[in-house]
Amino acid sequence: MIGLDEPFVWRALAAGLGVAVVAAPLGCFVVWRRMAYFGDTLSHAALLGVALGVLLDVRPMLGVLLAALVTGVVLVGLQRFGEFAIDTVLGILAHATLALGVVVLSFVESVRVDLFAYLFGDVLAVTGADLLWIGLGGAVVLAALTAIWRPLLAVTVHTDLARVEGVPVTAVRLAFVLLLAIVVAVAMRIVGILLITSLLVIPPATARRLARTPLQMAVLAAGLAAVAVMGGLLASLAWDTPAGPSMVVAAAALFALVLAVAPARA
Amino acid sequence: MTEALVRAEGVSVRLGERLILENIDCAVEAGEILTLIGPNGAGKTTLVRVLLGLLRPQQGRVVRSRALRVGYVPQRLHVEPTLPLTVQGFLALGTRTGREAYRAALAEVGMSHLVDAPVQRISGGEFQRVVLARALLRRPALLVLDEPAQGVDVGGQRELYRLIARLRDQRGCAVVIVSHDLHLVMAATDRVLCINRHVCCRGEPEAVSAHPEYRRLFGPFDREFAVYAHEHDHRHGADGGVPAGGDPGR
Repeated sequence: MIGLDEPFVWRALAAGLGVAVVAAPLGCFVVWRRMAYFGDTLSHAALLGVALGVLLDVRPMLGVLLAALVTGVVLVGLQRFGEFAIDTVLGILAHATLALGVVVLSFVESVRVDLFAYLFGDVLAVTGADLLWIGLGGAVVLAALTAIWRPLLAVTVHTDLARVEGVPVTAVRLAFVLLLAIVVAVAMRIVGILLITSLLVIPPATARRLARTPLQMAVLAAGLAAVAVMGGLLASLAWDTPAGPSMVVAAAALFALVLAVAPARA
Repeated sequence: MTEALVRAEGVSVRLGERLILENIDCAVEAGEILTLIGPNGAGKTTLVRVLLGLLRPQQGRVVRSRALRVGYVPQRLHVEPTLPLTVQGFLALGTRTGREAYRAALAEVGMSHLVDAPVQRISGGEFQRVVLARALLRRPALLVLDEPAQGVDVGGQRELYRLIARLRDQRGCAVVIVSHDLHLVMAATDRVLCINRHVCCRGEPEAVSAHPEYRRLFGPFDREFAVYAHEHDHRHGADGGVPAGGDPGR
């Protein structure tokens, strides 16, 4: 087993914890609002953002942020597209953007792009600069989520009721999508494009049975996500498995454990 | 013309090809109970959404009095099972006061024992009253209830309308109730607006129930209902018997 005295291990741990602790509370809203597929579409579009970043020679994270943001804002007003229901539209967009991202990247021969790292994450290669971005993005998301917590929850429970009570519904929705886009951009480095939604969905789903209030669920989800990150990283060091996917496996195992142990509530 | 809380003038709403509302005029005056009635698909909920400012009509305009506080009880409110929310947490989403205020508002609608219950655990009728409590916490000048009696048995419906009438008397707020059953609302309402895409007739409940347009819309069902109508002018005790003094006819 690789020693814990290696700095890259600690950087990976810090990055994983930073992302997981932010993604989980935001993910609670993804679960409550039934937006898992929406999150999937945002993260799949991220590969197109990576290609954009490579072409424009800026940080991939910025390209991803831009791609996720544009996709999210377009989707937020879109309930139907012609005769197609929204999940069909999301399915088309998610996979078309992912495929297009791969195709565009194949044209960029001057830069060697490690596709596997983008798809499944490369948390052990996290740099100090990455950590700075994760910390910055995470702090912004947590602060903003705290600020819009109550109106966002009101909109989640009943949009019209919230609007009659004076909540600026459209602004709150857009803010939420913006936060999702930021999380997608910073989480890509950890678990990769294909697994980002798992960080948004699995810890909140695990926390559901243990929580009595929305806030409890968010805090518990963050804690469970942190445990999954540490467990996954340790397993990855012990058995030399890919770190990001190992974290997701750990999160899923926690989910199964809680499901087996805790009784169902309401 | 007195200052109405909300006034709709010449409102028409079209959704796609369908004309949902056509040239509707109506007004809600302070302190009155107005019942909005009409058959299924008549556009009642659409008119309510227009009055609440949730939907912008293609034609006509809606004028609301300044700083009007509205309490809204939507038709069906379903909370995702994945969202752990207690009744108190639900009330706190509308108005942030304290537990005592929540308990008091729940007591007004007879639900104070549910303050800590998860919203998914209580019945539809109970939840409807909890939503009413959330509306009351806003100290509304106008209370809007969209089919509040749905899924409640006839006795429960009468109780609910009595409660609404009592709330109006105590608080002096205006009330708009959407219903498709005039008989049950009759005693609790001041004015009735009967719509079926356009305004069919309006006025006091007795006048509306005698109006030919109303009879044309509801006639057959009305008679059917009359056959089964059960005038409950007495109270039953817990054992089903009629206790002394419970029957005004004896």
